[in-house]
Formats: sequence, structure tokens, C-alpha cells
Amino acid sequence: MSALTPFFASRRGIVFAGIFIGVFAPILQKLGNPANMGICVACMERDIAGALGLHRADVVQYLRPEIMGFVLGSLAAALMFKEFKARTGSAPIIRFFLGFFAMVGALVFLGCPWRALLRLAGGDGNAILGLAGLALGIWIGVLFMRGGYSLGRSSPAGSATGWVMAVLMMVLLLLAIFKPQFTPGGPIFISVKGPGAARAPLAIALIVGLGVGFLAQRTRFCTMGAIRDVILMKDFHLLSGILALVIAAFATNLILGQFKTGFVNQPIAHDHHLWNFLGMTLAGLAFTLAGGCPGRQLILSGEGDGDAAIFVLGMIVGAGFAHNFALASSPKGPGAFGPAAVVIGLIFCIAIGWAMRERSKI
Amino acid sequence: MSARIDARGLSCPQPVVLVKREMEKMGKGTLEVLVDTVTARENVSRLARSFGYQVTVEEKGSEFLLKLLKEVTL
Repeated sequence: MSALTPFFASRRGIVFAGIFIGVFAPILQKLGNPANMGICVACMERDIAGALGLHRADVVQYLRPEIMGFVLGSLAAALMFKEFKARTGSAPIIRFFLGFFAMVGALVFLGCPWRALLRLAGGDGNAILGLAGLALGIWIGVLFMRGGYSLGRSSPAGSATGWVMAVLMMVLLLLAIFKPQFTPGGPIFISVKGPGAARAPLAIALIVGLGVGFLAQRTRFCTMGAIRDVILMKDFHLLSGILALVIAAFATNLILGQFKTGFVNQPIAHDHHLWNFLGMTLAGLAFTLAGGCPGRQLILSGEGDGDAAIFVLGMIVGAGFAHNFALASSPKGPGAFGPAAVVIGLIFCIAIGWAMRERSKI
Repeated sequence: MSARIDARGLSCPQPVVLVKREMEKMGKGTLEVLVDTVTARENVSRLARSFGYQVTVEEKGSEFLLKLLKEVTL
């Protein structure tokens, strides 16, 4: 087994992971997932928040099995390669709110970085604004990092700490399979129209999720890290993975007839350039301060990182607030309070980036 | 010249940032880096090799001691 480790750590390994996601995301879309949303960590966590009743936007409620797959696939890889390690204690409360505001920013744009890449590969020009905003947010985060920003060290913890997230995902998976109704009408809520009603068969979605989780754990695939490493130290290792993702998704979309260029009337997207840009600026900054994109945080939570798990929970709670408080965008444009929430989020992140400098302590 | 960095428990990319800063300062010699995840081990090793360092890894329980060696200054 360990003979495979050099492959996964190599350039070929990360490119392989990118191609896997780039091919299977459009296939999931073909099999029923929403357009340009074969895989989207932010959107799928938002759907899970809805299914649990944390928000009542009835078009985005479904226990997406891909998310459970990512965490459990990562858990399997970490156990198999003896990398499972329970750890926590690196400013969890700050990580919770970084997750919260990362979700707010992502839902103003309508997608996590993975979906931004998939939207680009599907011809959605608005993704360019989102990705440019993401890069700006990461660049600001790198400035803080150069100034000595750190959330402090995590410490090894009892193994139960590392298992909580995996067990939570198993419970969510059981709820997704058996769809119990806790009160008449729900939860568990399941959309009958809108993006939440667009879904690939559960078993296939779960299997693809497990595959992505396994590969991403082995290769450390990370979209935020890809851009950060280029800015911070001209390292193109992770970037080759996301380029592979875009090219593979573009080719798969062409083959499946899912490619459509333009800015207007793109699926589950709006063309308010400023808020596409600033939404992802907030998300990119929050990811950078927390050390990983939403996908990477799920993967880390599966291999025992309790701090990444808190970030994920912050994202899910953030999704609840985003829809309850009219922060999330819709295809018509930003929600009534979305722009204000982005500004508050940016102020929060900049304050954290400035306050958590501890050059002398690390 | 030799130096030692304790990068245990630091989240990505701090181990790499600390090591890079130290490598730029020291020029040549041995740099010992203590990390506690395989990800950090891989990232620091990749960085060191790209800077022309020889890398040896010693496993210490659940931690790794990386020895980065450079004999000539570029």
C-alpha cells in the first residue's frame, strides 16, 4: 500500500485527482445533479443545512451523499495509510466563524472554488469574476501570513475527537437513505423543485464522493492552496491539479453536450460582477486564514482534524443563516442583505488576520 | 551552520513558510525540522528538494524529524 504513496505525492498524482473530479462532476450532473454543480462543497453543505431544517429555502434541501462520501473516503484513506490522527486546539472558535463567513461569501457568488472551476469549464463567464475575487482574497491572506499570522498549534487529542465527524457523516448517510420524518412535513426536508430536487442516484453520488475523498486525502488536493502556493512561493504543484480539473471538466462537458458560454442566464448563477467578485474575495480570505478550501476542510475532518471539523460546522450553520437572513444570492442577484454581510465578513477576517500575528511565538 | 525548527501542530502552509524563511537565512548547512503530519513531511521535503537540499527522514513515533542538508551555497 505504501508503495503508492510516492505516486500520490507526485505531480502525476495531483493531476490524476484533478482529472477524476473533472470527469465525474459533469457525469454526476448528467445523472441528475444541478447544472455546473456536479460537485460543489458549499452548495451541497447548504442543501444539507436545508434538509435538517436549519433554513427553510424549500428549493435547496437534500442530504447530499457526496459530502458524506468525501469525509468517509478521506477516513478510509487515512486509516489505510496510517495517517489518521486526532488533533485539535488551534483556535476552534475563530475557525468556526471563518467557516461561517466563508459560506456567506460562497453563497453570494453561488459556489465554492470547486464549483467556480466547474462553472468556468461549463462556459459560465461569471466564474472568471469569482475566481479573480478568490485570488484577491488569497493574496490578502498571504500578506497576513507573511506578517506572521497564525492560529496557533493544534495538539494530539484522544481518538474520539477525530472520529466525531466521521460518525456524524454516517448518521447523515443513514438519514439520507431512510428519509425519516421527525415532524409532519419534515425534517428531513427534501426539495420537490429547484436545485435541491436535481440529484444523481444516491449510490452513485456516494461512490463518486468516496473516490474523491480518498484521492483528495492522498494527494492533498486544495484549490485555495493551489493559488496560495503560487503567490507565496512560486510552487505550481497543487495548481497543476486544478488545471487538470478544469481541462477534464471542459472536455467532459463538451462530450456530454453541457457546455454553454456566456454571462447571462447561466444555471444557478447571477451576473452581478461586483458581488460575484467580492463574495469570493471574502471566501478566499477566510479559506486562507483557515488553511484550506471547503473541500480540503472536509478531507482534513475525515482524517481526524477536529479544527477542520469545526470549520465545516461553521459553514453549515453559515448556510442556515445565509438563507434565513436573505444573505444568499439567487439567479436574480444578491440577497437583500448579502452585500452588507460580505462587508461584515471582510471586516471580521481582516481583524482576525491582524489580531492573530504572533511572529515571536511560532 | 545548523538550525532546528519545531513545526508540530502548525496548519498548512506555516511549516513550509518557516522552513523557507530559515533556508533563505542560512544559505548552507543542516536544518532539522520536526513535523507531525505526513502532509507537512511531504510539503517540506518538496520545498527543500526544489532548493537543492538533500532530505532524510527519521520517523519518531507519530512524528517525523526531517534533516535538510546543503553543502554549497548557490
